[in-house]
Amino acid sequence: MNPYAGVVSSLRTAWLAGKTRGAEHRVSQLEALGRFLEEQRGPILEAMALDMRKPPLEAELSEILLVRNEVTHALNSLSSWMKDEFVEKNLVTQLDEAFIRKEPYGVVLIIGPWNYPLHLILVPLVGAIAAGNCVLVKPSEISRGTEKLVAETLPGYLDKDCFAVVTGGPVETTQLLENKFDFIFFTGSPQVGRGVMAAAAQHLTPLALELGGKNPCYVAEDSELESAATRLVWGRCFNAGQTCVAPDYVLCSPATQEKLLPALGRAIARFFGPEPRESPDLARMVSDRHFRRVRALLGSGRVALGGQTDEAERYIAPTVLADVQPSQPAMQEEIFGPVLPIITVPSVDDAIAFINSRERPLAVYVFASDSKVVQRVLERTSSGGFGANDTLMQMTLLSLPFGGIGSSGLGSYHGRFSFDTFSHRRACLLRRTGLEALNSVRYPPYSERKMGLLASASQVKRKGGCSLQ
Amino acid sequence: MAEAKLRVERARAAFRAGRARSPGFRLQQLRALERMVEEKQREIAAALKADLNKNEYNAFSYEILGTLGEIALMVDQLHTWAAPKPVAKNILTLTDDVYIHYEPLGVVLVIGSWNYPFALVMQPLIGAIAAGNAVVIKPSEISANTAKLMAELIPQYIDKDLYPVITGGVTETTELLKERFDHIFYTGNSQVGKIVMEAAARHLTPVTLELGGKSPCYIDKDCNLEVACRRIAWGKYMNCGQTCIAPDYILCEQSIQNKVVENIKKTLKEFHGEDIKQSPDYERIVNKHHFKRLLSLLEGQKIAYGGETDEATCFIAPTILTDVSPDSRIMQEEIFGPLLPIVTIKSAAEAIQFINQREKPLAFYLFSNDKKLIKRMISETSSGGVTANDVLMHFTLPDLPFGGVGYSGMGAYHGRHSFETFSHRRSCLIKSLKMENMNKIRYPPNSKKKVAWAKFFLLTRFNKGRVGLVALALLGVLLAVVIKRPSFH
Repeated sequence: MNPYAGVVSSLRTAWLAGKTRGAEHRVSQLEALGRFLEEQRGPILEAMALDMRKPPLEAELSEILLVRNEVTHALNSLSSWMKDEFVEKNLVTQLDEAFIRKEPYGVVLIIGPWNYPLHLILVPLVGAIAAGNCVLVKPSEISRGTEKLVAETLPGYLDKDCFAVVTGGPVETTQLLENKFDFIFFTGSPQVGRGVMAAAAQHLTPLALELGGKNPCYVAEDSELESAATRLVWGRCFNAGQTCVAPDYVLCSPATQEKLLPALGRAIARFFGPEPRESPDLARMVSDRHFRRVRALLGSGRVALGGQTDEAERYIAPTVLADVQPSQPAMQEEIFGPVLPIITVPSVDDAIAFINSRERPLAVYVFASDSKVVQRVLERTSSGGFGANDTLMQMTLLSLPFGGIGSSGLGSYHGRFSFDTFSHRRACLLRRTGLEALNSVRYPPYSERKMGLLASASQVKRKGGCSLQ
Repeated sequence: MAEAKLRVERARAAFRAGRARSPGFRLQQLRALERMVEEKQREIAAALKADLNKNEYNAFSYEILGTLGEIALMVDQLHTWAAPKPVAKNILTLTDDVYIHYEPLGVVLVIGSWNYPFALVMQPLIGAIAAGNAVVIKPSEISANTAKLMAELIPQYIDKDLYPVITGGVTETTELLKERFDHIFYTGNSQVGKIVMEAAARHLTPVTLELGGKSPCYIDKDCNLEVACRRIAWGKYMNCGQTCIAPDYILCEQSIQNKVVENIKKTLKEFHGEDIKQSPDYERIVNKHHFKRLLSLLEGQKIAYGGETDEATCFIAPTILTDVSPDSRIMQEEIFGPLLPIVTIKSAAEAIQFINQREKPLAFYLFSNDKKLIKRMISETSSGGVTANDVLMHFTLPDLPFGGVGYSGMGAYHGRHSFETFSHRRSCLIKSLKMENMNKIRYPPNSKKKVAWAKFFLLTRFNKGRVGLVALALLGVLLAVVIKRPSFH
């Protein structure tokens, strides 16, 4: 028998008993999450330090502050999110009640990755709870410190009937996915995402996949290179580059590359000092495997800045690779490390063509003072999200849906979009049995006259005044 | 088969060339489709008659009118729906442009079903075009006349490369599903739905699956039985029961079962006269395979009314079965035919339990004068959609999302929901390269002071006051001045 059948079944029992549906229960669970973030601040920062030497400011920002904002936002907005949405009616349904009901799916599964191991479990969890579901969480086994915190401490804050944590690696996750869930939320690589979706297909389970890709960053000739370089380095080195929306590689003209390199060097020095290895503000690679993987990419192009590594510490210096060729290793996989390849292209149109010849990424970035250049790249590329003149920040706004397209993912979340993702929108029409005479038009026996009446009764009135043909 | 691959590639190349994107082009294509439907109404009705013996009225009201309404709505609202949507900003983005940019997904595959063969291709097609996509259209081969007609007509009116029509059966569809699409829209049954989703998983393609199930219809003791039965009979036997949201079976108390049968009988005579076989308004089963399937469901059942069949014409009379056992075959699969089982239960609570023990249906129907009961039954069950005190009608409001849940499907469409389904909502944050000082808060080297400032600015307050935001903005300006001084680090 499937080792997880028991826990899934008990969550389903709690679900069928209706425990998570009422607003009070949802509010109490969200408040408990808020308390977890406050009371466990120390252990959270310790876990992050243990897992990838995440600097306290980064951990505070990404794992605590942004999550708290989601909790607060959900508490502020829950009653309006839960309200039935009344819709426009046509002539036939004028006297009826027509609305969309937001309903929980039931038992949902959230699978988290290792790079923002708490955030990427808790933010979807906020949405799942706000939407009224029972939740099973599977944190990543690679970020061990956080896995332990989530498995041992978090359940103590929540209703154990409606919330459970399971741990394990790829084998266990495959077994977990054999069970039937009512929704699956997965953050991780496209390759594993395929397996998750194939498993979901067996049960016709809807899902959201937050995957990844190589996020290009076009730097235009005219942009203010000091600011651009600063924001680029920040985005690339945050969490030592282990961020799904980090700028993965730069596209610019050869002339821009020449000017950009020293600017990048100055930014790196400002952030991390002359010896980045000694700075407390740079994280480390999460595992030996990932360290070796990223180190192997350093042979692409030429090392213009950085390039130092230390296996014992899993340290990789903030590195810029110049004159990289599209066929080289650094351009074959998502880097997920503090290494920034630069590929030179003659013009913005070449950059656009290059971007479009590859899989659609989670983010496309442009640095340009000319808004026309920004618009051009926006209009002619496709990606999950888009950032002009900065990196990462589109992730921090609760009002923007966060998600991918193509191999970078499907579905989206954050803020209200989390609530919507974990809800079934049920169309409801409440009619009366009176006024039956009005329905006679639709019943057999049919006639030409009835056809005419039906056409006019169901007409959608065109609101537009003049039509430009 | 290789031809299908070529046509998909051509659609992708055409999409890449950018033709499908401009709102002007989309409107032009939609208006061309509108002309097609208006000019070829006769031909469409003839194809539907050949496939399903659909009478002109039904063809007009359910396939043509619905399609025209959807096109009119899209044309009317396209500019509004496609426009970028500005969203709420936070303190750090007050001077930036923050909005959601609506974009097409790319190449969409629409696989149609045979029961409303025209509408169930046209409606998703309209939404996909409105959202700016290229669309590969695969009508059902079972409704062969309509498929042939669409393959002939559609290329005459809209762009041949962007919107190819591909015909064929199971083999061709399987081959087609190996290609990569940016969204797959499938209408059909749950078993094939799984296969479609599995195929989509290989390419990480999002899907909308409009599937089916057994849509229950609960009749309360306290309701206007005559009206209820008339509406149920209308919805059940329309298109000879071959409707995904038809009331599949009835749940009611033993005491009213006979009255239900009597009322439905009476209604059928009103609709079709004494000899329904002669009625021009009653359709036929689509083919012999489904005819035989339905016949086998009748085995061992108590026929309270109807039961006449004629294989030569695929005719099955509107039939009512009483005292049906929940374990019998007819209660194990979606009927999709003019057989109406009545399962007796003792109370509304038992009805709820009965429904919840089964897969979630596409629609839930209930008839009662008790508004509180209606609200309770809705909140204690789950289904794609609900109509209370009538059947089918929630389908007709374009502002209501039409779709299933669980085994009855995922995703939704109609009206605005179609546009959203076939669009990508791309989050955009456009900043300026100036005002770099505001950003210093987030850059290393870090310090406890910076953490404190970051929290002060970024933490959402547990209140809804707008005043707070303005005050923070002023403080932000102050801070930018303060940070300028190197001593801050």
